[in-house]
Formats: sequence, C-alpha cells, structure tokens
Amino acid sequence: MLLAIFHVLVFPGLLFLGAYSFLLEFVDRKVYARMQSRKGPPWYQPLADMLKLIGKKVIVPRNAHKFFFAALPTVSLAAVCAAFLCIPIWGGTAITAYSGDLIAVLYLLTIPTLCHFLAGYSSHEVYSTIGAFRTLTQMFAYEVPLFMAFLSPAILAGSWSISGISAFYAAHPLYTLINIPAFLISLLTSQSKLERMPFDAPEAETEIVGGALVEYSGRYLAYFRATAITELTAIASVLAALYLPFSTGTPWLDFVLYLGKTFGIVLIMVLLRATMARIRIDQTLKFFWSILTPLAMAQMILNLLLRGGLGL
Amino acid sequence: MSDREKNERNHKVVVPIGPQHPSLKEPGSFKITLDGEKVERAVVEIGYNHRGIEKACESRNYIQALYIIERVCGICSHAHTSCFCQTFEDLAGLEVPRRAHYIRGIVGELERLHSHLLWLGVASHEIGFDTLFMYTWRDRELVLDLLARIGGNRVNYGVNTYGGVRRDLEPELMEDVLHVCDLLEEKLKYYADLAMTESTLIARLKGIGVLLPEDVKKYSAVGPVARAAGIMDDIRVTEPYGVFREIAVNPVTDDHCDVYGRTLVRVKEMLEAIRLIRIMVKEIPDGPISVRPPRKLPVGEALSRVEAPRGEDIHYIRSTGADAPDRVRVRAPSEANWHGMSHMLEGFQLADVPIIIAAIDPCYSCTDRAIHLIGDGVNQLTDWAQIRALSIEQYKARGIDPGSIKIREF
Repeated sequence: MLLAIFHVLVFPGLLFLGAYSFLLEFVDRKVYARMQSRKGPPWYQPLADMLKLIGKKVIVPRNAHKFFFAALPTVSLAAVCAAFLCIPIWGGTAITAYSGDLIAVLYLLTIPTLCHFLAGYSSHEVYSTIGAFRTLTQMFAYEVPLFMAFLSPAILAGSWSISGISAFYAAHPLYTLINIPAFLISLLTSQSKLERMPFDAPEAETEIVGGALVEYSGRYLAYFRATAITELTAIASVLAALYLPFSTGTPWLDFVLYLGKTFGIVLIMVLLRATMARIRIDQTLKFFWSILTPLAMAQMILNLLLRGGLGL
Repeated sequence: MSDREKNERNHKVVVPIGPQHPSLKEPGSFKITLDGEKVERAVVEIGYNHRGIEKACESRNYIQALYIIERVCGICSHAHTSCFCQTFEDLAGLEVPRRAHYIRGIVGELERLHSHLLWLGVASHEIGFDTLFMYTWRDRELVLDLLARIGGNRVNYGVNTYGGVRRDLEPELMEDVLHVCDLLEEKLKYYADLAMTESTLIARLKGIGVLLPEDVKKYSAVGPVARAAGIMDDIRVTEPYGVFREIAVNPVTDDHCDVYGRTLVRVKEMLEAIRLIRIMVKEIPDGPISVRPPRKLPVGEALSRVEAPRGEDIHYIRSTGADAPDRVRVRAPSEANWHGMSHMLEGFQLADVPIIIAAIDPCYSCTDRAIHLIGDGVNQLTDWAQIRALSIEQYKARGIDPGSIKIREF
C-alpha cells in the first residue's frame, strides 16, 4: 500500500512527472534558442518562471464565471497527471495499467484542450473568445487523425493497453517499422494538440495576444503552464511507448532508454517548431482533413489487413 | 438600432487591434469588424504619435532643424537628412563635392540594408516564424556596428550636413564595409532562397494584402508596395539624385501584388544595395567632403525627393530669407502607404491582419500630422488657455483643485 502511494506520488508518478517536465521544457527552450543562434535560458529557468508566476497576484475578470475560472486550470492539470500514470515508465507496466487505458489516456489528454476552450469562453473577452473558438476548431481538425494514428499500433498489437502494446512491440521489434507513417502523423497532430508552431494559431501572440488565456494571471496561469509542459512530457512518453518500444528487460536500463526516446521526440518537436511559420487556422483544417486524415486511415486499414494476414 | 446591436444580431465582432497590441511596434488603432474569421471592414486610426516635428523645425534655425529632421524616423534617419540637405542645397545653390555624394550613397544603402533586415525580422515574427526573426536581426547587427563606426551611433549617425557630409570614410573602414557586404550577401542569398522555397512561409504570405497596380495609383502607394505591383517608382531610377546620377540602379519589381511580392522586392533590393555599395566603395573619388553652407537661405521654396527604404520621401522648404525655415513639410513614405491600408485588409482573415499591416513597413511617428480643417468642418482647434481651463475642470470634478498651480507662460 505504502509502496503504491510512493509509486503514484513520487516515482514514477507525479513528482517525477513534474521534475522531468521542467527538464524537458528546459531542453525545448534551450535547443530552440540555440537553433535561433540565441544563448537560451539556464537550466533552472522553467522552475524559476513557475515559482514567480505562482507568487503573482490573481486577477479574475469582473464578468467571468468565478468558479469555472478557478477550477479549469486545476482540472486540466489533474487530467494530464492522471493520464501520465497510465504510461509505462519503469519496468514495462504502468502504475495503473488496465485493458483499454490507451483510450482513457487519449480522452484524458483531450480535457486540457476543452478546458482551454472553456477558459477562453468564460473570460468574456474578445481575444480570448476568438482564441477559444480557434482552439475548438483546431481540436476538430486534429482529433480524428490523432486518434487513428494512436490506435493503429494498438490494432496491430491486438491490445488496447499501452503497457500491452509496449510488450508486444518489444517482443516483435520489426513490426514497429510498419507504424512509421502513423508515428509521423502523431508527431504532427501532437504538435497541434500542444498548440506549438506551426499549429499555434489558437494562441497566436501577434494576432490575438495569446488567445484563450489572455485574462489568466498568477497561479491559475501557472497551472495552465504546468498543464502545457506536463502534457508535452505525457505525449512524448506515449509516443515513446507506442512507436519506440525497444526494451532490454532490465528496469533501470529501460528507464535510461525511455529518457533517451523522449529526449529524441522532444528534439524532433523543437525542430518542427523552429523551422516553420505559423499557418492559418483554415490552412490547418485543410492540412489535417485533406492530407493527414486519409493517410491515417490508410495506415489503420493496412494494420487491420496485416493483423489478419500475419496471423497474429 | 445602434451599430453594436446590429453587429450582435449579425454575429459580427469588432476586434480592436491597438493602440496597444503585441504586433504593433508603435501605437496605432485598427478596428477590425469580423465576420467569422474574415475581415469585413477595417478602420485605420493613426495619430497617437504626433510630435509636431514640422513646427519644431520652423521655430529653429537650419542647423538646429537638421538635428530634428534626423529624428523624424528611427530607422531611415539618413534618408530624411539626405532629402532635407538636398532641398537646402537646391535653395542655396550649393555644389556638393562628389566624394560627399558617394559617402551619402554608401551610408544610404547601408541604411536600406538595415531597414529591410529589420522589416524581414518583424514580418517573420508576425507570422510566427521566430527563427528567421532572430537570424535577420543577428545579421542586422553587422550593419548597425558598421554604421556606428561610421557615424558614432547605431541609428542616428549624423553623417549629413548642408553642403556635404560631416564624416569621412577611412580606407580601413571601407575594407570593413566590403567585408560585411561579403558576409551579408551569402546570408541574403540564403534568405532569398528560403523565401522562395519554404512552404509555410509562402502559404502565409502569398495572395494576401493584394494591392493591384490600379489601386496603387488610386491610393498613391509608394516604395516596395508599389514595386511589388510592378510599378517602378524608385526615385533612384526615375529621377536619379546624388551618386545615382553616376551609378545606375537596377530596378527591382515584382508582379505578385501581395505581401509575398513585397517580401521578394525587399530581399532583392538588399542584394542590389550590396552591389551598389561595392561599386561606390570602389569608385569613390578623392577630394573635399563638404563645402561651407550659408547661414541664411535666399527667399524661395524648394522640394526634393529621395528614395528612403520605405519609398519616396519628399521634403519641402519655404524660406523668407531668414536663418530659420518659414515652412517645412516632410512627406514620409509611410504616409502615402496608409491610404490603401483598409483596402488591403478587407476580405482577408484576422490572422493576416498583422502581416498585412507590417507589409507596408509602417512608421507611425514619421507619419502623424495635425490637420486643421478650414471651412464647413467643425473647428477643433483648442488654444492653450482653453486646454488648461478644461483640465482644471476635469481635476475639480475628481476633487482636486490645481487652479492655484503657477505655470510658465508660453
């Protein structure tokens, strides 16, 4: 019992999630800065930013809904934390592994987006309302290819649990190659889910001043920022578990491997962020619906056929 | 029904861009009526930055006025003084030495480089391409350092004076100019290549902020905005002045008519500027760099034009024979480009608004003028005493009585 609480709260649970998220955010910002030939922040900058933000005064707009305004950041952070507990970090199985947890993770990771929308909408301010609607529009664009891309490896593996899928691909590493298109699609859709360049139209600073979170300040904004960075960690971990599930069998070696995989995924995401301009929301819709969705569908059908054909 | 109710009924939102907004580098107000994400109506309101530059010049002598003219624009300070000096020299009948013309030309083209690099950075920041923003501003430092070595300052170099230039270019400085040109050329070629191949950049810039050739004429747009619509209005080509009477400028135009065209024009102009600097440094003649100007100008008026980085810059001086100008008029290039702004914005998306505004390379404080309407219009001139009476009234309404405070008489 005590050990279970330790697992959830400290390692590989929430404390690890927090610490690792700060580290990944640092990597994200530092590499981004170096790509732009800037110096970049020192290693403790993400933590310092967070502490400073928590200490700032909270201003709630007069015509915002007080309860929702305060509850939404907490809910979205909690959702990401819950999702993270279903991802295997140490020893092949997650803390709360159960059949179908992949679906649960995908749904839990949708909650922050919805919270963003509600936060913007309940702020009753023109920029945040536009940001909120862009968030929702973008969600309708990326959600379908994202689900299809994340479910493709599950179909081939014949398991709906992330730990189960990991175990399957660890046993048959060559099958991972089949999922490369799905991996690329999920990288792009994740970038969109995290509202990072080139899909950051919902929070475009130069157009709508930061979008849905314009009215947020102090610790509520800090919770939303914490959501964003933990979501990055969670998504990188899911991607690592689904698409790069090589393992050695030794827990600590696997853990080092996990760190390497997530670092690699974050580096690819930084590269995407640094080399592209922000595309318009209508272009985002067009891109997802006319290019990525058919591709994701083809991958899914291929995996269904292969599962039958390979006799798995 | 009020406008607001009408808008609400039609599901239309008015988004205020400015006076304070992250995409505006100076205050200016744009009221954007949105239909969904589409801009239905755009109202441009400028005038937040009026500084009374022309009046300030008229109440000072010519030497003092030159220092004020240098500060009309924070970016193209050299173009403004060149134009003002040229107007002065026209009126005074001064023959400027050839070497001075060359130095003016070199500094002017370096300024064009730094202005266009600045623009490229701002524009890429507006479309969220921060990497290009950082790159171009890093490269701009090379030019700024060079300008600081030539004139002592990064932006207001103070190179020009009536009858010539104040600072000579030493041979080793000219070596460095050439060296910077080599470094920049390589990078500019890369940016030109990037602008023509990077798909997200093209997707964001192509087809937006369209101003067709007939609209350019209708709204009298100048500079890269006009040249992107295929209209050659470069003063250096159409009416060469100074060093450009001896060195021909290759005209740069484009036929996209949109923001993408303006980007290409600016990038190509930078490459052209480097070519010109190389020729000027090679062919610069020896000799004096200035002649002694008179303190007073003869009675008369003069107007002259210079190609600033943003387009045609016009200066006008009217003299009554005193040591101070009777009337000074500065037509900064941005002033001509504002007229077509509503037309450029309407019909495109909200996401395009910042980049369309940025595409004319707006310079707000160069542009703002006070206008006194004569005739049927309501006379809005308020004199000093009235303003003071109004402000005392306002403070009294808030419970403060400033009536007893003594102020200086003007």
